[in-house]
Amino acid sequence: MTNVIYAIVVLGVLGAVFGLVLAIASKIFEVKKDPREEEILSHLAGANCGGCGFPGCAGCAAAILAGTAPVNACAPAGAENAAAIAAIMGQEAPSGERQVAYVRCNGGTNAKKRFDYVGVKDCISATKVAAGPLECAFGCLGFGSCVSACQFGAMSIGANGAAVVDPDKCTNCGACMAACPRKLIVSVPASKKVHVACANRDKGKAAMSVCNNSCIGCGLCEKECKKDAIHVENGVAVIDYDKCVGCKLCTKVCPRDAIQPAATAEEKEKYKAIKKAQAEKAAAAKAAAQAETAEKA
Amino acid sequence: MEQITNLLAITLAAILANNFIFSQFLGCCPFLGVSKKVDTAVGMGIAVTFVMGLASAVCYAVNLLLINLGLGYMQTVAFILVIAALVQFIEMFLQKSMPALYTALGVYLPLITTNCAVLGVVLLNVQNNYNFIESVVYGITGGLGFLLAIVLFASIRERLVFADYPKAFDGFPIALVTAGLMALAFMGFSGLKVW
Repeated sequence: MTNVIYAIVVLGVLGAVFGLVLAIASKIFEVKKDPREEEILSHLAGANCGGCGFPGCAGCAAAILAGTAPVNACAPAGAENAAAIAAIMGQEAPSGERQVAYVRCNGGTNAKKRFDYVGVKDCISATKVAAGPLECAFGCLGFGSCVSACQFGAMSIGANGAAVVDPDKCTNCGACMAACPRKLIVSVPASKKVHVACANRDKGKAAMSVCNNSCIGCGLCEKECKKDAIHVENGVAVIDYDKCVGCKLCTKVCPRDAIQPAATAEEKEKYKAIKKAQAEKAAAAKAAAQAETAEKA
Repeated sequence: MEQITNLLAITLAAILANNFIFSQFLGCCPFLGVSKKVDTAVGMGIAVTFVMGLASAVCYAVNLLLINLGLGYMQTVAFILVIAALVQFIEMFLQKSMPALYTALGVYLPLITTNCAVLGVVLLNVQNNYNFIESVVYGITGGLGFLLAIVLFASIRERLVFADYPKAFDGFPIALVTAGLMALAFMGFSGLKVW
């Protein structure tokens, strides 16, 4: 019994002595840190997600302080905190709308499979096997590399097997964008609701054959858009978010339902009927005008 | 005279014949981790030498205390405590006086705590029944052996960047092959007998 007490006392005393020495040493060797670093750190997201490209939030704070990173380097912290950091750094608050991630694929079960992949459930691994199990070289594989990369629970695999983002939870940290081997995830303004859910740059016929929901670059949306906001670039439709007003006319003419939110068949029919009526009316007016001019002559 | 000869023998053994890394395989973690650049390797080597020397001295006293109290079985625990405190101390010291070296060593500095070469040297001191001077000399020369090994290794690795080896060996594989070859070379010292 005395042995046990001895052991406890001796180790305890040793520990206390070393602790005391270290406490004194920490006062002697105290390094004065810039207090702003702590303040900046308190305004970062604190998730250590690595989306900013620095090792953890402390690394990001040091970089912001050193001026090598912008004050809004931490996307998850949001505009408020970026403004607070800007105030600490004596800069003006950066403006800009909240951005969220968006997956440019709605294929999932609609995309045709070349073979059944039974390997590791990871997108990068899947792309290594004969360039992936999908016919489409631009399609979401649905193994959820982005889901596991997301620190905020904003990514999930949707009902049809392609990844989807919950814009309410998304902080635009960029972790999913880096994790996606097909680079399908992009930043879009959070207020915009109409997006092209396809990234297939193949020519029309090739794009048509690999997926039921692929953009074939037909250009119907381009013609339909009243705001000049959607264009086919490199074989895939791209929305100019500065111009898009969210009227959803393009979704009603897209023959492939590649623009989300896709219009239902009913809506499409209705829109077709309206357009037909309009065209008939225009044609009738034109004919009447022609007849009138003929009569005058 | 005999004392000096004895110390020289310990020195030679610690640096060459029984080099901590190449023949006892202690301290391989920082040896592989911090050997990409000669500068940081030198820093790490000096830090480890310092910790090993100091740990040998302090642990000798602690060991005496433990033996006198009949608590010899607590050696390992007490030694770990001593080493951890020493490393903490050195970390503070470096951060204040050599910030560049502090950032260069990075995570490997606190990892000296778990560097088995440090715990190894204090345990070997006890095992070999070294007296105080012998312990300190063994600690410092053991550290110098580590320094020699890591600096040689780092300079080879710096040159390896330009070497033409198969892509599959990139990074740690080629480093481990190199370390193995160096260990083979150091085996040549095992027959070393001067006195």
